[in-house]
Amino acid sequence: MLLLLEQILNGVQLGVFLFLIAAGLTLIFGIMGVINLAHGSLFMVGAYGAAFFTQLSGSFTIGLLGALVSAGLTGIAMELAIMRRLYERDHLDQVLATFGLILFTNELVTILFGRTPLFLDVPPILNGSIEIFPGVDYPVYRLAIIGVGILVALLLYLIITRTKAGMLIRAGSTNRDMVAVLGVDIGTMFTLLFGLGAVFAGLAGAMAGPLVSVEVGMGEQQLILAFVVTVIGGIGSVRGALVGALLVGVVDTLGRAFLADLLKLFMDSASADGIGAGLSSMSIYIMMAIILILRPNGLFPVAAQRH
Amino acid sequence: MMPSASKIAVAGTIILLAALLPYGLIAIDQEYLIGLASRIVIYGLAALSLNFILGYGGMVSFGHAAYFGVGAYVVGILSFHAFEGSTLFGVPGSDSALFVWPLAILLSAFAALVLGYLSLRTSGVYFIMITLAFAQMLYFMFVSLERYGGDDGVIMYNGRNQIPGLDLSDEVTLYLVSLVVLVIFMGLFAMLVRSRFGMVLRACKQNEARMLALGCNVQRYKLTAFVIAGSVAGLAGVLNANLTEFVSPDYVHWTKSGDLMIMVVLGGMGTIPGPVIGSGVFLALEEFLPGLFELIGLAAYKEHWRIVFGPLLILVVLFARGGILGLMTKGKSDA
Repeated sequence: MLLLLEQILNGVQLGVFLFLIAAGLTLIFGIMGVINLAHGSLFMVGAYGAAFFTQLSGSFTIGLLGALVSAGLTGIAMELAIMRRLYERDHLDQVLATFGLILFTNELVTILFGRTPLFLDVPPILNGSIEIFPGVDYPVYRLAIIGVGILVALLLYLIITRTKAGMLIRAGSTNRDMVAVLGVDIGTMFTLLFGLGAVFAGLAGAMAGPLVSVEVGMGEQQLILAFVVTVIGGIGSVRGALVGALLVGVVDTLGRAFLADLLKLFMDSASADGIGAGLSSMSIYIMMAIILILRPNGLFPVAAQRH
Repeated sequence: MMPSASKIAVAGTIILLAALLPYGLIAIDQEYLIGLASRIVIYGLAALSLNFILGYGGMVSFGHAAYFGVGAYVVGILSFHAFEGSTLFGVPGSDSALFVWPLAILLSAFAALVLGYLSLRTSGVYFIMITLAFAQMLYFMFVSLERYGGDDGVIMYNGRNQIPGLDLSDEVTLYLVSLVVLVIFMGLFAMLVRSRFGMVLRACKQNEARMLALGCNVQRYKLTAFVIAGSVAGLAGVLNANLTEFVSPDYVHWTKSGDLMIMVVLGGMGTIPGPVIGSGVFLALEEFLPGLFELIGLAAYKEHWRIVFGPLLILVVLFARGGILGLMTKGKSDA
């Protein structure tokens, strides 16, 4: 039971990562109608930024700031140089051009930092673990990640529903041309929004740094998971991204932790281990297929617009 | 519409030259390039099949490598059991192409039927993401097959499959077999595109709502095309497994799906020769760009050729919509 609780927390924490990546992805798609494969690269830039600036300064806080700034600037540069030329193109062009961007970014990072993975330490202040329930010790750092995720979700909710910028974002996602006609500088708004999405991805990357090895290609795995999240939640819906991310995080983690043991109730241990490993790595995709059969537009479908 | 006599003559000459290519390479002592030529032909076949749904059907599948991988894994797994002398679900392993290849195509078709049915419930950007996600699912499934090497894949210790009367272990024979398969399927796809089925498929791409209104079962046409494309990709996987005598989850890696898409667009989407040209240019760049880097004094960067390839791809997407074939035939109106 306690183990279950711990694994659920691990799942929530994975979900938070995925939410941070998927939120940017879904916002950008919902409003600009552009699919950006290079979003995973921004996650990677965040992780490398954190590793680099932490090593340089010795302070995780400065590393984190460095990560956010480098991811945000990379995102803005991407938007100005390439993405804005793609808004009016079809999805195939967007996929191919951003695929080219991935090849470029991955190679550039390899040239700058080499192929050896970098490692980041958990900041001392968040090191160690605390007893969250009698008998359950849980690492502080992972709790902090969950906290940051909740904070970001809340912040995003407030920005979108309570501020003028959020109002414009919502209006822009319903009818982009109308907003432009009303005198809003939609170009700048898109650039900044793209930068915001990049900052979220960079934040996820920086926080993931101490938990995984920082290496080239780390973003793409997360990107595909973020796609699953977005599809489950409904493309363009931030709320959907949150629910989808938590679902994917928890199902994936629980599957890996318990599926093999569960199967042992029905079959011999060797085949249970084998099938369990296979099934658990496929579990989220199977879940996606089931949700898709029931609700082809995701859990929180956004009213279809131009696309 | 029948192709004109001059077009047939051009196609015939190109096929003849392609068939003579390995002998030419042997004559100038560049035999190692026969392997590259075989790869171009095999990936050309895979890209050709993707182009059928992408270029003619408007289905942006980002998971086409899945079927390439299924075909290859059938070859690899049966070869593994033949080597071990064991059985799989009561079926003994086999190295016989006459048994393995049709089975591989059948299973690729089945995979395309199931995944295509699910994916085609959606459209647009959902379809892109879902095909990608399902291919990734197969990737992880293959990784979890510990018995067949997991991450490392299966080496075919028995060598290539056997066809009575042909020696596939000979590089030239394998190349020629692949070339014949490619030419046959280029012809078949050219006919299919012009047939009633192909016309409906192309009409669905241009205006799906109108086809629905005309009472056409759009989903069924799309799914049929998806399954055809999946089976042919499976056959390409079979050939590639035989070429490399090695099968691993890398066959299904998401970048493979991306590569296939690049080949289609690079060569010229919605044309029959386009994907094959794209495969040739893509694989030749991959082979020769590192050497080119060395030549211009950037030897230290030769493993980083992708830093040139990435921006090149972006430029093609932004400025050369019709791909290479589009640039070559620019000005000529060609329906």
